[in-house]
Formats: sequence, structure tokens, C-alpha cells
Amino acid sequence: MDNAFQAAFQLIVAMDPVLIGIVTLSLQVSLTAVAIASVIALPLGAAIALWQFPGRGLVVVVLNALMGLPPVVAGLMVYLMLSRAGPLGQFGLLFTPTAMVIAQIVLILPIVAALSRQVIEELWGEYREQLQSLGVSRLRAIPTLLWDARFSLITVVLAGFGRASAEVGAVLIVGGNISGVTRVMTTAIALETSKGNLPLALGLGIILLLLVASVNAVAYIIGEAAKRRLG
Amino acid sequence: MKNVLRNAAVAATALFAATAAHADRDRYITLASTTSTEASGLFEHLVPQFREATGIDVRVVAVGTGQAFEIGRRGDADIVLVHDTTGEEEFVANNYGRERRDIMYNDFILVGPSEDTAGLRDADSALDAFSRIAEAEHPFTSRGDDSGTNRAELRLWGEAGVDPGGQWYRELGSGMGETLNTAAGMDAYTYVDRATWTAFDNRQNLELVYEGDPVMFNQYGSLPLSQERHPDLKHDMAEEWHQWLLSDEGQAAIASYELRGEQLFFPNAE
Repeated sequence: MDNAFQAAFQLIVAMDPVLIGIVTLSLQVSLTAVAIASVIALPLGAAIALWQFPGRGLVVVVLNALMGLPPVVAGLMVYLMLSRAGPLGQFGLLFTPTAMVIAQIVLILPIVAALSRQVIEELWGEYREQLQSLGVSRLRAIPTLLWDARFSLITVVLAGFGRASAEVGAVLIVGGNISGVTRVMTTAIALETSKGNLPLALGLGIILLLLVASVNAVAYIIGEAAKRRLG
Repeated sequence: MKNVLRNAAVAATALFAATAAHADRDRYITLASTTSTEASGLFEHLVPQFREATGIDVRVVAVGTGQAFEIGRRGDADIVLVHDTTGEEEFVANNYGRERRDIMYNDFILVGPSEDTAGLRDADSALDAFSRIAEAEHPFTSRGDDSGTNRAELRLWGEAGVDPGGQWYRELGSGMGETLNTAAGMDAYTYVDRATWTAFDNRQNLELVYEGDPVMFNQYGSLPLSQERHPDLKHDMAEEWHQWLLSDEGQAAIASYELRGEQLFFPNAE
């Protein structure tokens, strides 16, 4: 353990260019995936919360179940789609950061959609009468609900980010862990473990934790500041 | 779902295109190779020299030999470098590969607990060593992942007349490094290529206990993919890499790679 902290500390102090590249790519991939997934999943979750339609129960159960989608399965699905022998093969996206973004979107979209459905449904229970008495349609209510639930939804999005930045199974399959191109923190940790370089692997793990903690801290600070300003 | 993915792909591609560092992004090939060559650091030694000579970058996807064949069959890499001569010949015979050429070799070794419970240090052949492990029923960790190393190991059990199974035979289904980590944790014997062993840090109580039998020879071959099956691949650049590996320059680059003072790969292209 001591060696791991030492390794982490040395890497940070040295500002190792290879490490900086890996950290940048990790953030780039996971933040892009979270942004795209949220843009789709937040309104989707809200829509499921607001509308009654046949088979809604099934949709909710499937969405909730997909929160537990194993990363390696998500990776394999995306691999088969992007492979040259697959339906999207002509784009040549396999073993690129784009493929990793897609795999992470598949992984976190259900999480963000399912959790935001829950949050919005509860809020809708409170707001429904008032909004309907004002003659606001369901479609028009979505932006209001999303805005008023924003603090809870930040946590939802952070849960998605946590999942994206922590998983290794999907990005390893679709990215290929290519040095300097698709190597991210988690695949680098797996590689160092396979070399038996356990202190360095754990050191990278510590850096990844610090990174995720920083993103969460920034989100927390922004949330608190907004709460104070807006009451 | 497909539309969502397609839109996301377009958006993400635009995002990454904007941040791409290389102006000439298409001057690269994708090479499917084995974990042993990657973990030993060989490609970090070879690729810069090849890039210097040709301006082509090589992106290495390091997986087990079985998976590398699958990547090649699907056309997801431009060229394959693996170590399972029998499988490679089949790959070419089935017209997935255009040709197969010897590039380099090293050897497999047996590592195990320093006490050497099964007495492998006294073994007079590889088959004797494998028989001793089976007789002693000392734990043995097998890759169990259809890799080149796994295939070579299974062939030797067969030749030793042992049907490996039972409590002592642990089939892990993981890469070489993970298998060594497990072997170190349970003080087991395992079959490993010398390059991965030399680069491996977490040895704990493990030591090299048997080496040197010619049947433990480990040949690597380069396989450019079939142009008929996959017309869209970067065949020309892949061919340059293939020829460079076979050239005096490439062969010398392989021979000059050392890790911890030891030469790990021996060029033998004809």
C-alpha cells in the first residue's frame, strides 16, 4: 500500500506526459458519454414518468434492469455492431475513442433514464394539480420539472459518470487498450496488474479515485452555490 | 437504438476530430497481437523504428491468440502477429490470411514454488516435467483462454499422456499476467513464455523451475490478411510492416530488444 501511494504521488508530481494523456482521454471519453447520454436520458426518463401508456410497467422494469447491464456485455454488443463484419462496420469506428464513448453511452443511458424517471415521477405527484390547473400540457411541463429537480438530477448524472469512469470491461473490448490512442485509466490499471506491477496499478487507481472525486466536488460546489443564489 | 447510436457516433466523431492531435490520421495500421509481446515492451521498441523508416504508425491491440484470430477473421485489424503455428496455418488455409511467415521465436518455461514440491528441477524432459506435476497433483494454473500459450500447454499435456483435470488443475480463463498473479497467490506451477515472465514483477515465491526442452519452442508468425475477404483494409501499409519485420533492419531491431539485460525474442525470418 505504501508503495502504491508513493507511485501515485511520484506520477502526479512528475506530471508524466503519458499519464496526462491517459487522464485526459479518460475524462474526454466519460464526460462526452455522460453528456450525450444525459441529453437523451433526462427527457426520456421524464416522458416515461409523465405519460401513461400500455406496457409502461414493462418499460420501467426493463430500464431498471438495464442499470445492471454488465459492462462486458455492453462492450460485446457495441463490438459486434462496429466490427467490420457488423452493421456499422463501414464507419471503421472499432478501436477508436468514439467506440468507447458509444459503449459507455449504452451503459449509462439506462441508469440516467431510470433514476430520472423516479425523481420526476415523485415531483410530478407534487406539481401535477397545480400545473394542470394552469393548463400546462405534459410536454410543456417537462422542462419545468427537469429544472426544478435539477439538484437531484445532478446526482443522477454523477451516478452515470461514476459508472462510466469506473468500468473497464466495455472500453477494453471496443477500444483495445491501444497505447496513446485508446488507453484510459481503467485499462491502464488492468494492464499494469497483468504485468504484476501492483504498486503502479494501485497508484493509478488512487489517481482515478482522486479524479472522480474532483469531478464530484466541482458538481457539489456548483450545486451549493446555485442553491444559495436561488434560495 | 441504431439511430441513437449513429447520431451519437457522429457527434462523438466530430468532437474527437476537433481534438485530434495528428494531422495525418490515416497513416496507421491496426495490429492484432498477443499479450506476451505487448507486456514485454517489444512493440514500444519496434514501432518507433518502423515509424521512423516509413511514417506509418502501428496501433497494437494485445489479446490472446484465439481472440487475435477472431479479430483478423472479422477484418477488425489490418494484420496479425501471433504464436500458434498450427492455428496460423489453418488461418491461411481457410483463406483468412494471405500468407504466414516466421518472424521470431523465444521459448516457454515452467515456473513454480521455490520449494519445487513436484521436483521439476530434476525432470529430464518437458513431458517428464508435466507428468511430475500431474503425479504430485500440485496445483497448476492454466490460462484456459484458447491463447497460443494455452494451446501449447494443452498439446504438451496430451503428449505426456495426461488428461488434466481434477482439483489441482485450475483453468483460469485469463491472460498470462493474471494467471501468473494467481499462480503466485496459490503457489502453483504454470506454463509461461519467457518474455512475460521476465517482465513480470509480482513473482512472490515463484521461480523458474524447468526450461530448455526444444518442444517448448515458441514461434511467432506474421499474417497479413486476405485481400479478397477484406478489400477495405489497409493492405499496402500492412504489407510494409510485414516486409519490415522480415527485413534485415526489422530483424536486427527485434534482436536488439533487451529487458533487464536479457534478449527476449530471437529473429528467424527466412
